[in-house]
Amino acid sequence: MKTTSPITTIIAAIGATVITLAQNWKVAGFIFILIIGAIFPLWASGVFTFQISQLLIYAIAIAGLNLLTGFNGQFSLGHSAFYAIGAYVSAVMMTQWDIPFYLTIPIAAAVCFVFGFLFGLPALRLEGIYLALATFALAIATPQILKFKPVEHLTGGVQGLALFHLKPEAPFGLPFDQDQWTFYVTFAVTILMFFIAFSLVNSRSGRAMKAIRDNQIAAKVTGIDLSLFKTLTFGVSALFTGVAGALSAMLIAFVAPDSFQITLAVAIFVGMVVGGVGWIPGAFLGGLFILFVPNIAEHIAFGLAAFFDLIRKVIPFFPSIGEQSAKGLTGTVYGVFLILLIYIMPSGLAGLLRLAVQRLARARG
Amino acid sequence: MSTPLLSAKNLRAFYGPTQILYDLNFDMQKGGITTLLGANGAGKTTTLRALSGMVKTGGEIRFDGKLISSKDTADIVRLGVAHVPEGRGTFVRQTVEENLQLGGITQPAGQIASDIDLVFTYFPRLKERFRQQAGTLSGGEQQMLAIGRALMLRPKVMLLDEPSFGLAPLIVQEMFSILRRLNEKEKVSMFLVEQNASLALELADHAYLLETGRVVMSGPAKELSQDENIRRAYLGY
Repeated sequence: MKTTSPITTIIAAIGATVITLAQNWKVAGFIFILIIGAIFPLWASGVFTFQISQLLIYAIAIAGLNLLTGFNGQFSLGHSAFYAIGAYVSAVMMTQWDIPFYLTIPIAAAVCFVFGFLFGLPALRLEGIYLALATFALAIATPQILKFKPVEHLTGGVQGLALFHLKPEAPFGLPFDQDQWTFYVTFAVTILMFFIAFSLVNSRSGRAMKAIRDNQIAAKVTGIDLSLFKTLTFGVSALFTGVAGALSAMLIAFVAPDSFQITLAVAIFVGMVVGGVGWIPGAFLGGLFILFVPNIAEHIAFGLAAFFDLIRKVIPFFPSIGEQSAKGLTGTVYGVFLILLIYIMPSGLAGLLRLAVQRLARARG
Repeated sequence: MSTPLLSAKNLRAFYGPTQILYDLNFDMQKGGITTLLGANGAGKTTTLRALSGMVKTGGEIRFDGKLISSKDTADIVRLGVAHVPEGRGTFVRQTVEENLQLGGITQPAGQIASDIDLVFTYFPRLKERFRQQAGTLSGGEQQMLAIGRALMLRPKVMLLDEPSFGLAPLIVQEMFSILRRLNEKEKVSMFLVEQNASLALELADHAYLLETGRVVMSGPAKELSQDENIRRAYLGY
């Protein structure tokens, strides 16, 4: 009789696992992402780790908006409001009532769900551009409400709330610094949120959401309760964005009304369009865009200014841009980027990827 | 006579302040096919929308003995009223499969697969197009998909809004013969709105003629097709 040594057993087990993974590319991809996420902060710099955490947070917020717009056909230019509510719920609970950060995430999620659901009720009567306008008003009003005298003792008014001393430390004596630990927490929440998002859009409810987006009358006559699904989607969308807000409060360790202006709502909207409306993974591409492209635009603007100065050395009457104008130019460069992107890929980076995959498949087959 | 499956009493309907329907009265028997004829703008589509709770109404609508005139569309659908809207109301960005699954969204998940198979026995063409986006189907196929999707509700009555609209005559013939089979074998009662009066009168057992929001004539379909005025105005001979 043959006896198998433990080493052969282990090798066989590893081999079997590899084969199973190769067959299930989704599982393999997921494990790959887990491994990348686990080792990433160990070699990346603190700043880069911070930026990627911010990227993941934006991605959650964008995914939230995409559930509403891309999968349910409702517009919002006010998601900065839900981001703000999420951030403030978390910050207020940590500073005023000493509630541990981790506990504030689900509470912020629940509060934002309720807010979103309630806002979804009047939204039922508004379509398209009118809904965009109403949500725009929400984005304008929210920072003002946070500065309101009666709530100042909670929100800290214009000053906001500092959370530096409350940033969670790695537990059990794990050898991670705050940036690394913050990344791990963000990473875990991101995985959970995207798991929920994927499950939702592929579920029966997701099908109902998409049906409403595609044809309201047909959706009605298949027995879908339009009001219920539209308000629920608004709630879930706000929930996602609220979770992102709560995470950002921890990451930046500071909340102030001015961090949640309409520009944030526009950024989330831009991220959704760039990543691809109606495509969940596009949220990461959109996050990448809104995080890094403004920086790149700034570099280009200052580069242009330096270039003009260089020419001035040869041609003295050549116009100078100057530092002040270079800053203004940043926005212009960003705008040009955006226009080019929409022009080159009207359905976002998602459309571009899909096109590439189709071309590849055609070249092969 | 037994109590009607679907009946309207003094049914009025409004779009905002504009009244479209004026005191309609009609009944349809269980298992029957009733048709509502009329020219453009007579209020045919509005009547169907009133029946499935999509417009503001006055008067009474009863279905299966229950008063449904104040109910929401979703609740009326759940009672077994399947509305096939005009202009092929399909979800064009979703596949044939997803469209049919959506049709059964109010039904227990366990019966979806077998119900889809049932739809295929009537519309074999849809089986070939199973994974295709509905928007890429031909007009006739989209209309068949819309009817197939309505069938997924296991409806007691189908409200059909101009199923022949914009389709080639051969396709229309095929579709009407399928409708007849659905009526006979699946016991689906039908309330049919049509501009194609000769086809509708051939299929239906009872007919109502609508003019500017009022019923001006009603009776067995055979009788109406013999009527001199109807022939001249709607049948064209």
